[in-house]
Amino acid sequence: MNLKKIILSLATVAVAATTVSVGINVAMAGAAGEQKIPSLVYRTGAYAAGGVPLADGYADYYNMINERDGGVNGVKFVVTECETAYKTDRGVECYDRTKEGATVYSPWSTGISYALQDKLAEDKIPLLSMGYGRTAAADGSVFKYVFALPATYWNQATSIIQVIANENGGLDKLKGMNFAYIYLDHPYGKEPIPTLDILARKFGFTYDKYPVAPASMTDQKSTWLQIRKSKPDYAIMWGWGAMTPTAIKEAVNIRFDMTKFIGNWWAANESDLAPSGVKAKGYRAAAFHGVGDGYGIYADMKKYLYDAGKAAGDGSKAGTTFYNRGLVNSAYVVEAIKLAHKEFGIGVMTGDQVAWGLEHLDLKNDYIKSLGLNGLMPETKITCANHEGQNPAILIQEWTGDHYAITDEWIPAMTDITRPLIEAEAAAFAAEKGITPRECN
Amino acid sequence: MIYREAGQFKTSYAKDQALFSIPMDKNFVLSIIALAIFIVPLLANEYWLGSILIPVLILSIAAIGLNILTGYAGQLSLGSGAFMAAGAYMAYKVATNLTFLPVPIAILAGGLSAAFAGIVFGIPSLRIKGFYLAVATLASQFFLIWLFTHVDWFVNYSISGVPSIADYKLFVDFGPLVTGAKASVEARYLFVLGFAILLALAARNMARGNIGRSWMAIRDMDIAAEIMGIRPLKAKLSAFAISSFYCGIAGALWAFCYINNVEQGAYDINRSFQILFMVIIGGLGSILGSFLGAAFIFLLPLFLSNFLPVIFDIIGDIFGYRPSIDIISHIELMIFGGLIIFFLIVEPHGLARLWQIGKEKLRRWPFPY
Repeated sequence: MNLKKIILSLATVAVAATTVSVGINVAMAGAAGEQKIPSLVYRTGAYAAGGVPLADGYADYYNMINERDGGVNGVKFVVTECETAYKTDRGVECYDRTKEGATVYSPWSTGISYALQDKLAEDKIPLLSMGYGRTAAADGSVFKYVFALPATYWNQATSIIQVIANENGGLDKLKGMNFAYIYLDHPYGKEPIPTLDILARKFGFTYDKYPVAPASMTDQKSTWLQIRKSKPDYAIMWGWGAMTPTAIKEAVNIRFDMTKFIGNWWAANESDLAPSGVKAKGYRAAAFHGVGDGYGIYADMKKYLYDAGKAAGDGSKAGTTFYNRGLVNSAYVVEAIKLAHKEFGIGVMTGDQVAWGLEHLDLKNDYIKSLGLNGLMPETKITCANHEGQNPAILIQEWTGDHYAITDEWIPAMTDITRPLIEAEAAAFAAEKGITPRECN
Repeated sequence: MIYREAGQFKTSYAKDQALFSIPMDKNFVLSIIALAIFIVPLLANEYWLGSILIPVLILSIAAIGLNILTGYAGQLSLGSGAFMAAGAYMAYKVATNLTFLPVPIAILAGGLSAAFAGIVFGIPSLRIKGFYLAVATLASQFFLIWLFTHVDWFVNYSISGVPSIADYKLFVDFGPLVTGAKASVEARYLFVLGFAILLALAARNMARGNIGRSWMAIRDMDIAAEIMGIRPLKAKLSAFAISSFYCGIAGALWAFCYINNVEQGAYDINRSFQILFMVIIGGLGSILGSFLGAAFIFLLPLFLSNFLPVIFDIIGDIFGYRPSIDIISHIELMIFGGLIIFFLIVEPHGLARLWQIGKEKLRRWPFPY
């Protein structure tokens, strides 16, 4: 009977405590004079290896701006983390919990970004999904509050084909080549297929598809035996989570030439390569930002955060690919807020005002250099119609055996091929949802 | 003495067969329903309605579905997530292609499609039992998800493969918006609540009727049931069909009223396990238990993630030690796991049993023992 009493009293305490803690959360949300940045993170769960550096980088840049400059024009940032464990329903709950006064959302998850997209548009808060989410969102006339800068999956696919062409002496050399496309059998992995089909027709190459089921990401033996038999000229991978390290390990096992293996920007985490170490030397991955900590900004990050013990995580992630991705993401937001301050006056910006700022981003190389982000961030110009940027391009980072290094200049995407696709998909989306695209002039 | 069955005489067959034959039960349930319909939307804020009550109600419907199959008919299933997906994808197809149909019809059509899938995947239950059946239903989980992600017809040939749900009014052209992001949270809540109330009452009625008794007979001893004249084919397949219908409705509501898109990740194997845990924690063979289990499994992690940072802030102020955010997240998982084990040890029959114990205490009031 005592146990029963314990249960009952536990239940009572739980109900009371929920009420109190929600009350406290609401009270904390009310703090005025600070720019609220909710950060939807996944530090736990199957994808934590990617989620931790993303979350650290995202928080650290805001905190560095707070420490170094006292915020943007005196308006400080408050980063509130909410754990989603990469689950869509937890992401939606986190959004509802944090949306009061929120500035911008970057959930780092395709599922969550799909689920939030309509809610955010309704609440007039921008969604900055860098390198994930709905590709069609690059059409700003339909997706006013979604930003897909600085490049989308479809453009990434064209850039990777361009990389292969450059290596072999031009696009005409692609004719007759055969590629292996290894992908997560999930909407994410299937997304570049229409683009690859168009490119294959246009340039005369063929490619074989090797899907990896999400439920058995770590089971790729048969896939790689098939690849060994078919001897493709290149292997291209759209990997995520445990799929990437497994693929790399199997590629090493069948002695696949790692210099002919190119991953997309989510198959680029250092922790994916570390298990294979030097054996994976020569593996390359796409990126839309620089890698490493050899950038001007890192001097300030070290001085104001790492040495002062104020880093979001344990500090070990600084300079890794995903950490830089989080950092660049916040840098875009900070720049958007600076623009918004010029337009709307200094103060705490609303989501709508930050969306305006994002839509008017025009970052030139000289300016990026003055921020210490030279090489980390590409030149970006966003317009009302184009939420991806005028010149999407990727970098290629190569695994040297214990770290990644950028090997090349920015490789531009074939936007003449992808842009009509993006516009057609956005138009189909608008038609199904009954949205009238806004005028962009 | 507060609650008693004794001395409540029924004077007609209708009264004896009523859904709640004791006025006290009836009034209690009616007042809960009235509270949920009239008072809760006024008191609760957007966060409570949109992020807590809506998903809990939807998952409760799915849990009732699985409870019909596992709790009443004794057929173990690991395919609830797939049947939810069947409901969601087909409801989406009907809503987008047969636009003249109002959205509740589309959701019911999703439920019926799921029921059909349930019958097909329930056929093995005629030959195999227990864990073997669980493995067979696992096939539905993988096959249906594979089907919906590889046949583009199900997503209207959208390249992204994750179709978004439009804003639909209750009756095509009139009535309030009940789905999508533009719909008010109160409207979505009441819409989901309507389904939950009707389906829960229907389940309760079925459970005590002819069909429910045949399920329980099959559960308790299938050979004896067969000898008594209960046809296992009818009993088992009807349990699969009705259970899947409930799951299908839940899946469609999840897509239409909660996450606003049809995403396969929402219906994966983890969802099936989550619903199974709800049924086990809530109590097998109990409608009330389905609600309690859904609330427990869905809300406890949310409660911990809301509450633990506050606790650790207080601890941090006192002791000067603040664990990092990922340690808090991991502690949350540990406490969640620990509490599940704790509850299963102290109350193996689920939360619904606590309610029964409560009733017994009220019966013996003021001297409970």
